[in-house]
Amino acid sequence: VKFGSGVLLLSTHRLIWRDQKNHECCIAVPLSQVVFIEEQAAGIGKSAKIVVHLHPASSNKEPGPFQSSKYSYIKLSFKEHGQIEFYRRLSEEITQRRWESMPTGQAMQVNKDTQAGRIRAVGIVGIERKLEEKRKETDKNISEAFEDLSKLMEKAKEMVELSKSIANKIKEKQGDITEDETIRFKSYLLSMGIANPVTRETYGSGTQYHMQLAKQLAGMLQTPLEERGGIMSLTEVYCLVNRARGLELLSPEDLVNACKMLESLKLPIRLRIFDSGVMVIELQSHNEEEMVASALETVSEKGSLTADEFAKLVGMSVLLAKERLLLAEKMGHLCRDDSVEGLRFYPNLFLTQS
Amino acid sequence: QAKYKERGTVLAEDQLAQMSKQLDMFKTNLEEFASKHKQEIRKNPEFRVQFQDMCATIGVDPLASGKGFWSEMLGVGDFYYELGVQIIEVCLALKHRNGGLITLEELHQQVLKGRGKFAQDVSQDDLLRAIKKLKVLGNGFGIIPVGGTYLIQSVPAELNMDHTVVLQLAEKKGFVTVSEIKSSLKWETERAKQVLEHLLKEGMAWLDEQAPEEPQYWLPALFTELYSQEITPEEAKEAIP
Repeated sequence: VKFGSGVLLLSTHRLIWRDQKNHECCIAVPLSQVVFIEEQAAGIGKSAKIVVHLHPASSNKEPGPFQSSKYSYIKLSFKEHGQIEFYRRLSEEITQRRWESMPTGQAMQVNKDTQAGRIRAVGIVGIERKLEEKRKETDKNISEAFEDLSKLMEKAKEMVELSKSIANKIKEKQGDITEDETIRFKSYLLSMGIANPVTRETYGSGTQYHMQLAKQLAGMLQTPLEERGGIMSLTEVYCLVNRARGLELLSPEDLVNACKMLESLKLPIRLRIFDSGVMVIELQSHNEEEMVASALETVSEKGSLTADEFAKLVGMSVLLAKERLLLAEKMGHLCRDDSVEGLRFYPNLFLTQS
Repeated sequence: QAKYKERGTVLAEDQLAQMSKQLDMFKTNLEEFASKHKQEIRKNPEFRVQFQDMCATIGVDPLASGKGFWSEMLGVGDFYYELGVQIIEVCLALKHRNGGLITLEELHQQVLKGRGKFAQDVSQDDLLRAIKKLKVLGNGFGIIPVGGTYLIQSVPAELNMDHTVVLQLAEKKGFVTVSEIKSSLKWETERAKQVLEHLLKEGMAWLDEQAPEEPQYWLPALFTELYSQEITPEEAKEAIP
């Protein structure tokens, strides 16, 4: 049965559906007829739904679109949105049962207590049975999934053993293995997610994939870096790149491994690691030490600045602002005043006024 | 000697060829597994935990690279890497409130809010795994166990054992005093004060000098009243590069 497109209304007493085009066409279900409601999540090609399980219609039911139906439930399909909120409100109304205490203008069906009790029990038993079946089905799915997972892991374990044995061979005969073979091996490890046991010093941690990635990043980050004064933290880069990709995202390790190769590939951007451990990407043309000179000017103008204040003035992230001030201090241009009120930087008068 | 070396080379090549073949086979097995159970991983947080634990046991990291088979075929990568982005954004937005320390609960709530009503459910375990991966970006991401849950650090502030143990002490009531530290941890006043001052400087603790008996050091990360507060538009701007 399909009533295609309309508006669903909820009152304290009824659930009303009204056709979008023909406002005269209206169907209603008294909330007292509702036994139970459940949600069905949206999927591909399917909209989110609410399934409303109803008591069997009593004999004095008002005329409606159908006199009888083989189903004991109706499905409300939310093509656009609103399912979650509507479900919440509907649940509330059903729990509160305000229709029992509030009078209405129209004559509503009043279920006699004992009869209603018996009918309700039948309705509920049926639903409970369905839920139990669903649970068993889910359990069966999960145990099958676990079994399959265990078997898969056994095979993965074999791969790990094999890779360890190869790694040992490589370690033993360091001169004899070709660069090509090492690259191949590393890409196998990457596919399986096995940590690279070969010493990093010799060949670096990157693979062919990371080299390509490094080149991509150099292209991608040029403009964003220029817009941000030539420098970005690695977390900013991670967010920017992954937001842009949408799918097939980079892992944090992918990003770091690619960035480690930037210098050796002579790309126009580079990775820099500050003393604090903060990692940034800079344009090759960017000179942080020069920026320090202008930072010193800014601080001198204001007398003193905290990282927060400096960040706001210059339009930088607080993280990078702090690194710049720390670098200025390291270079001897600024002095710090470290109190419980915060870390404040002053021009280093010891240097300039001697 | 030379002959031995030669044999060694051949053996390694053979093994590489063998690994290549086995890899192809494994890929097929994984594809089959994915076609049957990919949904399970997406929808079931407990299954994800099992999966991760099993991988760890055999020495495999399914989240190491987006280019790994696990990520490509099971889609686990995208799930966690995107979560990483959302975690970074929430932490950045709230940093000025809590100094870069946030409880796992609050982070969980805020991330769920940000993901919207129709998105995939994520568990606290999922968040922890995503955060462990973020550490490598050098931004100071850390996980500090306190009183049965965790505080998540997202700034490169140095927090050593002394700081951590004081945070754990403060977790019970949301604040701590010098006397409490001295009696619970048996420290000298100077040591207690140093730790508290460091937390104050980092913005992770606030000082209430007007407390009745002695000054109280409160952790904004633990203010339950702040949990329900939405991230304001100004804060959100701070978060997105």
